Amino acid sequence: MSRETWAIETRGLVKAFGADRAVDGVDLEVPAGCVYSVLGPNGAGKTTMIRMIATLIRPDGGTARVLGHDVTAEAARVRARLALTGQFASLDEDLTGLENLILLARLRGHRGKAARRRATDLLEAFDLSAAARREVKTYSGGMRRRLDIAGSLVARPDLLMLDEPTTGLDPRSRGQVWESVRALVGAGTTVLLTTQYLEEADQLADRIAVVNHGRVIAEGTSGRLKALVGAGALRVRVADGADRPEVARLLAVMLGAAPVLEPDPVALSLRVDEPAAVAGALAAITERGLGVSEYALAQPSLDEVFLALTGEPADGPAPSREEAST
Amino acid sequence: MTIHQTTGRPAFELDTRLISAVAGAPPPDTGAGALRATLTFAWRALLKIRHVPEQLLDATLFPIMFTLMFTYVFGGAVIGSPEAYLGYALPGILAQTVVFMTMYTAVTLNTDIERGAFDRFRSQPIWRPAPLVGALVGDTLRYGIASAFVFGIATLIGYRAPGGLGGVAGAVVLLLVFCSALSWLWLIIGLTVRTPAAVMGASTMILFPLTFVSPAFAPPETMPAWVQDFVAVNPVTLLVEAARGLLDGVPDAGDLALVLALSGAMTVVFAPIALRLYNRRT
Ligand SMILES: Nc1ncnc2c1ncn2[C@@H]1O[C@H](COP(=O)(O)OP(=O)(O)OP(=O)(O)O)[C@@H](O)[C@H]1O
Ligand SMILES: [Mg+2]
Repeated sequence: MSRETWAIETRGLVKAFGADRAVDGVDLEVPAGCVYSVLGPNGAGKTTMIRMIATLIRPDGGTARVLGHDVTAEAARVRARLALTGQFASLDEDLTGLENLILLARLRGHRGKAARRRATDLLEAFDLSAAARREVKTYSGGMRRRLDIAGSLVARPDLLMLDEPTTGLDPRSRGQVWESVRALVGAGTTVLLTTQYLEEADQLADRIAVVNHGRVIAEGTSGRLKALVGAGALRVRVADGADRPEVARLLAVMLGAAPVLEPDPVALSLRVDEPAAVAGALAAITERGLGVSEYALAQPSLDEVFLALTGEPADGPAPSREEAST
Repeated sequence: MTIHQTTGRPAFELDTRLISAVAGAPPPDTGAGALRATLTFAWRALLKIRHVPEQLLDATLFPIMFTLMFTYVFGGAVIGSPEAYLGYALPGILAQTVVFMTMYTAVTLNTDIERGAFDRFRSQPIWRPAPLVGALVGDTLRYGIASAFVFGIATLIGYRAPGGLGGVAGAVVLLLVFCSALSWLWLIIGLTVRTPAAVMGASTMILFPLTFVSPAFAPPETMPAWVQDFVAVNPVTLLVEAARGLLDGVPDAGDLALVLALSGAMTVVFAPIALRLYNRRT
């Protein structure tokens, strides 16, 4: 695979469901060998985009190429190079975890004992050995998710697509997923993952595309996005609600950003560009006898990203639309 | 004062097992060939019998119940004696059992679509029809098992096929051919209908009249004229009559040829539609 070839390259990709353009002219260039994250709220079109790239649905307009192969004209070649772990577990609930993986390993060309060995190795790696002989319908959500991801790795793909791989996972399982993504990239696989968490995109991805309403509204390295959005948000809870206006005023002066007074009468938050300045500001406030009961410095949430990029909060699908997975 | 610090990278141990399993073993060059992929899906269908034996039992217990009930309760009234009735009704009971089971082809496929397993299979680098053809191969095996069940029970309560073992084998093969062909229609339904429950509903509406309004349980001469008209054009009638011929040791070449022709026709018509739907599904 030459470096000139994009792992994924889309031009004006469109998919419409009736009048609703779920994907509305997406140009994407994913360099081979990197982790690329597609970040967007519910209904942004992430799943639809991925399903077109994985040859599961046909684009209504535009083109998509995977490692140089067109997804419509050369679908078979595309399928040979990629693996997809969809947003919802794609397992056979009636079979055991081991049987599920053996099935997929055989389909990917492992024969006889080799298929079973591959399946066993993966179960062990994903901490599922103890449940290997249990039917998947008895698995917890996190176990299903891990088995589902293992199912994409029975043969190491050149391109792995993970649709919200860590939604609903506990921190340990999330860490395992992140580790496997890093390990795969180390072995030469390109990974495209969708997520609703900026933190995840930031931790894993070399590049991030932010999508909303079927369009890419920002694209670049995590550093570039942060420059647009700010490094993080400071959330403060004051001990006494009466102190809040004064604390807000002081923070605004010292950190140079406008605080947002939250519905909770003791809480306020503000955008922070220089995390280093926060400690000093908080110390100064405490010195004046104003009680701060709790503070947290966190990365901006998806909502804050959208607020910064579009001037309006991210919105989910309109209530009349149905959440669809097919 | 509580302090949260949520910016740093969480410290996870580098799990070496995970990394070697993920990055290790180089991938095979290609997916399984057409035959292997098909057999793998057939294997899956067999595993399902092991894990969900209820499906097989539902389909077999029901007709067995009918066999016993009809034989001992109505047998005397319909034909004269329970034994004579069993001899008359067995081909119909057998056909009903297996024809009813074909419905599960649609239920299984539809469940796969709903649960997402279908997407996983469709994104594999394998011969496209493999999941469908493999499922049919597996289903045909299930039909064979169910037939053996019915004959086992019938033998226990005194049934002896006049046509002998050859007649029994012939009837079962005929049934499997017909039902595999019919399964293509169920695949179409499974690909079109929205939920597995809807598939069940639609199927029962079709299957009950087809299997009961036939000479399976009572001689049609006892039915009103308009019912007899339906019996005459019902394909299950044809199947039951052909199977009865084989079991009774008086095979009718015309009936057999018709059943085989009908099976061929169903495959030729339904298989391309099913495959097309499968490939085009968006
Ligand atoms: N099969 C379908 N039929 C009709 N509308 C659909 C279908 N699939 C998706 N949509 C619509 O397309 C839009 C984008 O959906 P999509 O599932 O791609 O969003 P998403 O970004 O993956 O959202 P989420 O984060 O909730 O998974 C939504 O408005 C959805 O209702
Ligand atoms: Mg989605």
